[in-house]
Amino acid sequence: MRAKHVTLLVLAAIVIASPFFFPSNYYYRVGSLIFVNGLAVTGIVILTGYAGQISLGHAGFAGIGAYACALAPIHLGLHPGLAAILGAVVSGAIAWLIGRPVLRLKGYYLAVATLGLGILVSMILANEAWLTRGPDGIEVPDLGLNDALEAIGIDLSNPQFWYFFSGLVLVLGAWVALNLHNSPTGRALRALHGSEIAARTVGIDVARLKLQAFVISAVYASLSGSLLALQNKFVTPDVAGFMHSIEMVTMAVLGGAASVLGAFFGAAILTTLPQVLTVFQEYEQIMLGLVMMLCMIFMRDGLLPSILRALRGRDK
Amino acid sequence: MAELMQFILSGVTVGAVYALVALGFTIIYNASDVVNFAQGEFVMLGGMITVFASMAGLPLPLAALIAIAGTAVVGVLLNKLAIEPARGAPVVSLIIITIGASIFIRGVAQLVFDKQLHRFPAFSGDTPIQIMGATILPQSLWVLAGAIAVFAGLWAFFTKTLTGRAVLATSNNRLAAQLVGINTNWVMTLSFALSAAIGALAGVLVTPITNTSYDVGIALALKGFAAAMLGGMGSPIGALVGGILLGLIEALTAGYISSVYKDAAAFVVILIVLFAMPQGIFGRKSTDRV
Repeated sequence: MRAKHVTLLVLAAIVIASPFFFPSNYYYRVGSLIFVNGLAVTGIVILTGYAGQISLGHAGFAGIGAYACALAPIHLGLHPGLAAILGAVVSGAIAWLIGRPVLRLKGYYLAVATLGLGILVSMILANEAWLTRGPDGIEVPDLGLNDALEAIGIDLSNPQFWYFFSGLVLVLGAWVALNLHNSPTGRALRALHGSEIAARTVGIDVARLKLQAFVISAVYASLSGSLLALQNKFVTPDVAGFMHSIEMVTMAVLGGAASVLGAFFGAAILTTLPQVLTVFQEYEQIMLGLVMMLCMIFMRDGLLPSILRALRGRDK
Repeated sequence: MAELMQFILSGVTVGAVYALVALGFTIIYNASDVVNFAQGEFVMLGGMITVFASMAGLPLPLAALIAIAGTAVVGVLLNKLAIEPARGAPVVSLIIITIGASIFIRGVAQLVFDKQLHRFPAFSGDTPIQIMGATILPQSLWVLAGAIAVFAGLWAFFTKTLTGRAVLATSNNRLAAQLVGINTNWVMTLSFALSAAIGALAGVLVTPITNTSYDVGIALALKGFAAAMLGGMGSPIGALVGGILLGLIEALTAGYISSVYKDAAAFVVILIVLFAMPQGIFGRKSTDRV
């Protein structure tokens, strides 16, 4: 069995088996948030883990995806599901247009450019109140899929429906990302991560590949934003904010940006942590900051790879 | 004309603060290749410690001095506890570490101080001064004088003193600096202390104008980072030019175009500059070793 299948099986098993341990609907809600974040983070794995490019502005694409679900049904009369796809197309198109000049930049310069893009999107969402209703947010219409399921006899509560639906989308997203990893494109991306110049000398079109990774990861972020908006039935400009971008990157790097499964665990930890930390209220930020620093100092490759290595070391 | 003058004056004042924050980024970046996103927290600490020390009854100059010294200690601790152990980590990890540090410092500040907005009185009163039909607060002059003093002092430090040259040598080539007997770890400690102190000074100078609270740091860090990148990371002159330019762009956009998009204008300009000059205005052209 290849690593790809292991990852998919583990993810599917988590989605299916976890509900047996859920005492209340609240856990379905946290679970579906983990999957939604996991989807965005899978996009970061492709961009940062495979291709080695940094983005501090991917929440901007999540914002586009989220607001597409709120605005397209009102103004274009689209079904919310189609609106999510429209959002993904728009995000991909913007990423493609903007990516070409931005991806020439490296390291911190790339970081500040993507940061600027994210901030521009969140400012537009917050300030163009005639369209987006500004900082207070806007309602998002119901997807209608849960009602359709009920009509054919599958009766799920709303949190349950969103848990399984987000889980399904995450597994599909992971499947695409894993296929990409093993494809010629994936190998080329990892080669340019290692050394851009070396990759270029063996005939890899570095600019085109980086752009591909950027566009694909933007689509992931956008879909994740759409899912979040649809299940909350409400969205505010915070979804595109700087802290959300940081969250995405931190989740990916914390779990291990090089692997889809690692990044998923990063998403799971950072999504549940605030829920657990609400007990400590005043200490929440202190703990979050500490976790971020300690993980990066002591587990550089991320949580999952470090743990796996420790286990393997013990076997020998 | 008076209107334009007014915008320029307020732009230069804000720009001077951005320049000081950008300078803090530059000093740490030169010593350690780390972009320290906790730089804005130094500004916050400078303002907040001064507020609380003076509320405890200390005279303002002494409170400010304590704030600057205390923040420098925080900077040194940040280096020793979080940056040095992570030496050689990839750029993304370092970004997360310093952002983690900034969240941590903000959390502690919220706990030790409070969540209120604070200020202390301006150093020489609040009577505006008339310049060519525009007005400027006396405190703005303090900010400008402080920025000029810091830049002049640093220029002298880096070019005239042995220690300053050791810092420059380390930023040029760490290994070569070690080989000629420079204690590069000490240079790093010094750089973090210096950068934190400069940030705190900016906080002390600007608090009477803008007020301060535990959460002002992150916005300042983003602006300072943007200013440093605009000028070209690693160049002190770039930090100065980038900071002032950013302040002017913001003030002119707010005045003539739209006050809600003043932050956006700054980032649009940065994108345009980086597309044309990927190394920033004064940045060094770099080539990768394979």
